[in-house]
Amino acid sequence: MAGAKLWLLLLLAGAFAGPAAALWPWPQYIQTSDWHYTISPHSFQFKYHVRSAAQSGCSVLDEAFQRYRDLLFGAESWQRPALTVYTVLAGEQHTSEKDSLVILVVTPGCDQLPSLESVENYTLTINNEQCFLLSETVWGALRGLETFSQLVWRSPEGTFFINKTEIEDFPRFPHRGLLLDTSRHYLPLHSILDTLDVMAYNKFNVFHWHLVDDSSFPYESFTFPELTRKGSYNPATHIYTAQDVKEVIEYARLRGIRVLAEFDTPGHTLSWGRGVSGLLTPCYSGSQPSGTFGPVNPILNSTYEFMNTFFLEVNSVFPDFYLHLGGDEVDFACWKSNPDVQAFMKKKGFGNDFKQLESFYIQTLLDIVSAYGKGYVVWQEVFDNKVKVLPDTIIQVWREEVPVSYLKELALITEAGFRALLSAPWYLNRISYGPDWEDFYRVDPLSFEGGPEQKALVIGGEACMWGEYVDSTNLVPRLWPRAGAVAERLWSNKVVTDPDFAFKRLAHFRCELLRRGVQAQPLSVGYCEQEFEQT
Amino acid sequence: MEPRALRPPRLPGLLAALALLLAAQGPRASAARGPALWPLPLSVQTAPRVLHLSPDAFHIANDPLSQAGASCTLLQEAFRRYQNYIFGGPVLKHLPAKSRVKADVQQLLVSVVLDSECEMYPSITSDESYSLVVKEPVAFLKANRVWGVLRGLETFSQLVYQDTYGTYTVNESTITDSPRFPHRGILIDTARHFLPVKSILKTLDAMAFNKFNVLHWHIVDDQSFPYQSTTFPELSNKGSYSKSHVYTPNEVRSVIEYARLRGIRIIPEFDSPGHTQSWGKGQENLLTPCYGGHQPEISGPINPTLNTTYSFLCKLFKEISWVFPDQFIHLGGDEVEFECWESNPNIQKFMKQKGFGTDFRQLESFYMQKLLNIISTLKKGSIVWQEVFDNHVKLQQGTVVQVWKEEMYTNDLSAVTAAGFPVILSAPWYLDRISYGQDWRIYYAVEPLDFSGTQEQKKLVLGGEACLWGEYVDSTNLSPRLWPRASAIGERLWSGKEVRSLDDAYKRLTAHRCRMVRRGIAAEPLFTGYCDNVLK
Repeated sequence: MAGAKLWLLLLLAGAFAGPAAALWPWPQYIQTSDWHYTISPHSFQFKYHVRSAAQSGCSVLDEAFQRYRDLLFGAESWQRPALTVYTVLAGEQHTSEKDSLVILVVTPGCDQLPSLESVENYTLTINNEQCFLLSETVWGALRGLETFSQLVWRSPEGTFFINKTEIEDFPRFPHRGLLLDTSRHYLPLHSILDTLDVMAYNKFNVFHWHLVDDSSFPYESFTFPELTRKGSYNPATHIYTAQDVKEVIEYARLRGIRVLAEFDTPGHTLSWGRGVSGLLTPCYSGSQPSGTFGPVNPILNSTYEFMNTFFLEVNSVFPDFYLHLGGDEVDFACWKSNPDVQAFMKKKGFGNDFKQLESFYIQTLLDIVSAYGKGYVVWQEVFDNKVKVLPDTIIQVWREEVPVSYLKELALITEAGFRALLSAPWYLNRISYGPDWEDFYRVDPLSFEGGPEQKALVIGGEACMWGEYVDSTNLVPRLWPRAGAVAERLWSNKVVTDPDFAFKRLAHFRCELLRRGVQAQPLSVGYCEQEFEQT
Repeated sequence: MEPRALRPPRLPGLLAALALLLAAQGPRASAARGPALWPLPLSVQTAPRVLHLSPDAFHIANDPLSQAGASCTLLQEAFRRYQNYIFGGPVLKHLPAKSRVKADVQQLLVSVVLDSECEMYPSITSDESYSLVVKEPVAFLKANRVWGVLRGLETFSQLVYQDTYGTYTVNESTITDSPRFPHRGILIDTARHFLPVKSILKTLDAMAFNKFNVLHWHIVDDQSFPYQSTTFPELSNKGSYSKSHVYTPNEVRSVIEYARLRGIRIIPEFDSPGHTQSWGKGQENLLTPCYGGHQPEISGPINPTLNTTYSFLCKLFKEISWVFPDQFIHLGGDEVEFECWESNPNIQKFMKQKGFGTDFRQLESFYMQKLLNIISTLKKGSIVWQEVFDNHVKLQQGTVVQVWKEEMYTNDLSAVTAAGFPVILSAPWYLDRISYGQDWRIYYAVEPLDFSGTQEQKKLVLGGEACLWGEYVDSTNLSPRLWPRASAIGERLWSGKEVRSLDDAYKRLTAHRCRMVRRGIAAEPLFTGYCDNVLK
């Protein structure tokens, strides 16, 4: 029955997708009418309900109120001069003024971090009696505030309005992520912080920080300072200090976003080798070392001692329960060439199966990390190569076709009882001519064959922006609004798939992003009232 | 996690080798220190001897013998700009506190040999050649006209680099340079999306860094008419996206002057008879009413059968001819759809009367010929898209044909030049068509004269244009989509035919893009790596 009601509401909303109903991502249940109320920027306030578990002093919400005040009424951001509410025609009966949004949070918890289990539900009620946001947690309140900010619109005369609306909303998936790669190109801190802002506008809740890779090691380790000193592009300018990392984590927390740090091993680690001698496998050419290095050397005790110490630090720096341990694309050629590795293989009885060596490494690493009380996410190869992992491991699917299609891969992973994250169809770094957001939008993560208990193991997905061709010069227009398509797919109900309805709202939303100062690129021909102006 | 598995099929062998090379170099994949010239000059002789410059003890000035004096503001402003570009970089840290650098080169003396043309507009025949001698204690830049000086200043600024201690450094060198092609253009489209004037000016800056000399301003199209006409104000009043999405006469003038100061021509395009939907909003009865559809309001291309059409065009282009000082106006003429004309009984009658039968190309030709005649009575030259030539419109001698259709464009170049018309190449250089990876290599590999034809025919190739159509481009993504991809075309059109090494180009272009970033252009990266200072 719920389904039927939803359809009706969707159709209703589609019929007047004017400024009042151009929400992104689309909420689970919405009922809205063209009855509207005025809002005076001068007197409007966000207020805590007396019975709210969060009260003034709750940093997450206090700061959110300030942000949304600025977004809504900031002097610069609306182009035309504001006329006061008193210019509204006296005869217009529809309007009465709303002077506050009252927020009631049920469960206390302002100083915590968001987690995979965080409840993001909220209800928003704008009617004659009230202007009210109810949520279980502060995280739900953040999502509701964003929705509220998208509901407010402005007449050409400059008056602010909000329509009579009833919204009940919650995410379809609990893990809605965006990956940034700060190794192929360094991204200045402000690029990351700005991205977190726009993520919040899209209701993303996980920042997957692919911090280091072959190309560079910008993470400043206090246990192993040489990693950064020798492995970064420039140790004076192209690094993230402990303070930077803290700032990112707190900035994200205030927006209800988790920071999932990735330290990818044993492949993708060339930059690690510059600062830690003996960590990488020396590659051989014939009987002589060739001078080049391969993946992390899995046969040495010193390797695991290093990892033990390093991940102790990582564990303390990144508070999220999960760490991303990578594990993708391990190239076996170097291991094969190395006589010591060969001898180790023989000793262990691995034969010529280097996947077993990889498994050996990964399993030892997983033991280290789980001893620190962390959960972990790994790329799909770890599963494909049959590494024995703990049952609560999360597997991230990134390969579109090989070894099997990504939907088949999801089926296999969930059949084996593991939780899965989908990224394969959402590689935003891969660009092509035209509106490719439609392809991202069309994906349904649960359209694989499997029972309901398998579907329940898909906890969400991530849009990935790999950095080979991306730095701060082109990051923002390449991300937005394309990542928005993924955001809605992961938040909204699975029946929200109409591309025309999505196009209208997304085009409107990208203009709203421009108004908020985000350099989001166009979807098609057309214009926004306020275009992006270079500074 | 980047799909290594996906990469090889997309990347040619060269690139894979490059990736390996970079991987082997590890984190130090930055642009090497040293001069990185882009586009590469005709002749460069560099001595190993290194000279130093100091920001406080270096200036650019007119040689007393120069034909251009202090009154030439074009040069004065250029001197100021380049002083900033040369020394505007970040002050590198770890500079020994008292390391006052001995200034080996204290002056760049600029000399214009012939009449300077300081107050003129650049044209297709402008002389951009220059020679540069860098030595102690004075460097000399010599050119016939101010246009060559502008190009030479850019080259000089590219010769100067900061060594590892942050000292401004230049090698003793001698350069003589002139462009291979006289027409080196960028097309921007301000109709599909409006571009704020600031974006256009930024683009002109970046064009100068790449020695481009033509901004082809596709100013209006179906979607909007942002050009504010003084003769027909309703065109933009009704045809622009909004009242704020227009270019006022003042703004147009400022774009033209900004371009002139950088030796760049502005060629406006007013495309007709197709691509004119937005014209119809402000000019009644200009477009052809289409018949027979379900929607009666639809109109097609400009109505070529009415006298009122031509009197309108006469007045509009008269205005255009004095607003835009360039010798050439681009008249478009591409992609005319015949369905609407076919549907209209009045047009059918006109066709019969003129004896065109059912060949609507003859009607199109009829229109284009009248328009071309209007332009020549205004003493201007015309540029048209290739369809006008393909459809056998009778063209006056000297009409320039722009080739844009990608399939068999070399055949098109042969045909146009065989018929004796000058040609501009754009077909392989549609920058709005994006794909994953280093597509600049494809643009770079193009050889414009690689078509079958005589020497006389080859001489008719004036150059080319990189086109950034606006369907998916506005001020949010213009700069990173244009640069440094367009730079590949900039070098192809300026440098010698034999300058084709992709490896060498990659190294220089990587450094050049970092230089553009330092100068405030959001030029995207070519590949993994970094610049010494990131865009703030």
